[in-house]
Amino acid sequence: MSDVTTIEHAPNVPGAGKNPDPEKGYGVPGYDPVGHKMGMWLFLYTEVLLFGGLFIAYAAYLNGYTWQFAQVSGELSIPMGGGNTVVLLTSSLTMALAIAALQRNQVALCQKLLLFTIACAGLFCVIKTFEWGGKFSKGIWPGSPAVLELSYGEQIFYSLYFVMTGLHALHVLIGAALIWWAMTKIKSGVINSKQVATLDNVGLYWHLVDLVWIFLFPLFYLIG
Amino acid sequence: MASHAHDSEVDYIRDKKGIMSWLTTVDHKRIALLYLVMIITFFLVAVGLGVMMRLELLNPGTDYLDGQAYNQVLTLHGVIMIFLFILPGIPAVFGNFFLPIMVGANDVAFPRLNLLSWYLYVIGSAFALCSVALGGPDTGWTFYVPYSAMSQANVIIPLLAAFILGFSSILTGLNFIVTIHRMRAPGMGWRDLPLFAWSSYATAWIAVLATPVVGITLVLVILERFTGVGVFDASKGGDPILFQHLFWIYSHPAVYIMVLPAMGMVSEIIPVFSRRRIFGYRFIAMSSMAIAAIGSLVWAHHMFTSGMADEGRIIFSFLTFFVSVPSAVKVFNWLGTMYKGSIKVEPPMLFALAFIFLFAIGGFTGLMNASLSTDIHVHDTSFIVAHFHYTMFGGTGFMFFGALFYWFPKMFGRMYNRKMAYTSFWFFFVGFNTLYMPLFFAGLEGMPRRYQDYLPEYTTYHQISTYGSWITATGILMMVGTLLHALKNGKRALMNPWGAATLEWFVPSPPPTHQFHHAPPITHGPYDYKDIEAPENAWAEPATAEAK
Repeated sequence: MSDVTTIEHAPNVPGAGKNPDPEKGYGVPGYDPVGHKMGMWLFLYTEVLLFGGLFIAYAAYLNGYTWQFAQVSGELSIPMGGGNTVVLLTSSLTMALAIAALQRNQVALCQKLLLFTIACAGLFCVIKTFEWGGKFSKGIWPGSPAVLELSYGEQIFYSLYFVMTGLHALHVLIGAALIWWAMTKIKSGVINSKQVATLDNVGLYWHLVDLVWIFLFPLFYLIG
Repeated sequence: MASHAHDSEVDYIRDKKGIMSWLTTVDHKRIALLYLVMIITFFLVAVGLGVMMRLELLNPGTDYLDGQAYNQVLTLHGVIMIFLFILPGIPAVFGNFFLPIMVGANDVAFPRLNLLSWYLYVIGSAFALCSVALGGPDTGWTFYVPYSAMSQANVIIPLLAAFILGFSSILTGLNFIVTIHRMRAPGMGWRDLPLFAWSSYATAWIAVLATPVVGITLVLVILERFTGVGVFDASKGGDPILFQHLFWIYSHPAVYIMVLPAMGMVSEIIPVFSRRRIFGYRFIAMSSMAIAAIGSLVWAHHMFTSGMADEGRIIFSFLTFFVSVPSAVKVFNWLGTMYKGSIKVEPPMLFALAFIFLFAIGGFTGLMNASLSTDIHVHDTSFIVAHFHYTMFGGTGFMFFGALFYWFPKMFGRMYNRKMAYTSFWFFFVGFNTLYMPLFFAGLEGMPRRYQDYLPEYTTYHQISTYGSWITATGILMMVGTLLHALKNGKRALMNPWGAATLEWFVPSPPPTHQFHHAPPITHGPYDYKDIEAPENAWAEPATAEAK
């Protein structure tokens, strides 16, 4: 086998042989910011499509029940939804600032900003709890007797409202947990100003959570 | 080949000892073996369930499974075969093992994520087994509403199983995409990728992009059963057809997740045993991507009789015809590769040839289903059962074993008994056709699918089919026996017994944990046999220098 004629290839094929960390040895996966981000983006596609299935359902039913959707949308509290929008947008800003801080090696500032981001996530969940609690106290939840007396369009609206904002709230919790986990990794120095990719990825996830809400807010609260 | 591991190195199987070294391993080769053991086990279980169904259908009327029990066996057969065998099958076992080696890397891009995928697979399959213990679902693997929302049987746990298994397949796909982008050896461009890597790449994209949609759909059915959320419930304003759309938006592309890796295997095996460079490399590579793209737009052909606008049906019918073009391109190129080649029909080649034959039958009958008027006649008949078993089992199922017979010497360093491999193949092949061919005719004459009972005029077809199931099962057991026997008693394998040109054949058999110490020089293309002499006899004793 050894006397195979050598066909010389251009040594620098784009993308090939870029796996870094030669210290770990050849071809062993190591710290690769591009690869890590690529993986995260792929994961974010799956998240988009997870919500995408629900958005398709929303679009189909909005088409069928336009007026009923518009009517029942007025039942939702715009101050609460709007307040949560402000909270999430602020948290996205602090998340981005935290990454910028770490890149400049301002670790303490980064940690403070991350803590603030987690606090925003907490505040979002508190407001959400009050909002859902208000609905529950009126006897409104999917399949509740009060809901079953409503028109088809209103029933579907509430079902989608609870499923989509519920799934979103779950993502807020997961995002907050990820930020907390990133904070412990910054403390132990695994994530540092030289190796920011992991925090970057957590940030990407957090922005996705934010982005989904940016779509949910008008679709549920503002179409009335 | 100085870049490769030294001959004295311990192989990946003997590298570490003890059960914990397997359960905590991040070595892609060991994870592949973990998958292999579970996948083959589940496959055999589901084959058993299939044989049970055929046995019930030996005579009209109820023999030993009543309607409810038959529905449960049918559902389990479908769920296990689809979610636990055929979807993960080739990517999780052979993709994990060989994709990194083929691109010249020591592991996938995210080794720990890879292990997590396996654990998710284990958890998902545990849920599936739980549902068996609790009586088994009776909805069919498609979980159609409204029945899946109303059934008294336990449906939530298999739904959760499918959700978790979907997660596992997403993470494997993600891992493969990044591996192919980032881990290729220096000098290996996209045009030097083996075609198996190309098809794995296309498959991975489908898994990443389509699986979440079915995930959320299954979650909605779970919520429906828990709280009556009513998104698919017509009595609450929901639309059951929407479930079918969302389900097939994933589940049709999923059949390409199942078949593309098998097509990749055929593209690997045919040139090796024809001693010819693959014909139309770029067309095969791009047809994989085309199948992934067009295949994502054909889902509604499962629903021609469900109620849909005529415009929609015509468009989906057209797209379904269109997606057959890239598949036909592949078949054409495989035949083109063999033309004037020096063909040697070793066992893996036999499987690849069987794939072309069986997949052609499955593909052409698929076109019959794509025609709107024909589909209304054959919809939900055993014609459909025969069609998808020809593509899935005759296609992917055959190539799973084809891949095993091709790569077994590399994975375990042993050769199987060649005569036994041929004999078991012929049992498998003859049994398979006896099993499914009659179902085409029964279906055309109106035999519905998923029925536990039938009118007496279908008896002959059903009896031939049931005899076929026994022959098939015998063939499968013989194949598994052949391989198990070879594990201990097989002759030692050469490093490159088939004379193949892809990188995995230039590392020892079995490979050590670190297969590459330095970047392997990319000195020849993956199908460049000009300077590679295939051994006269693949079963020859390795020379001492090569032997361990």
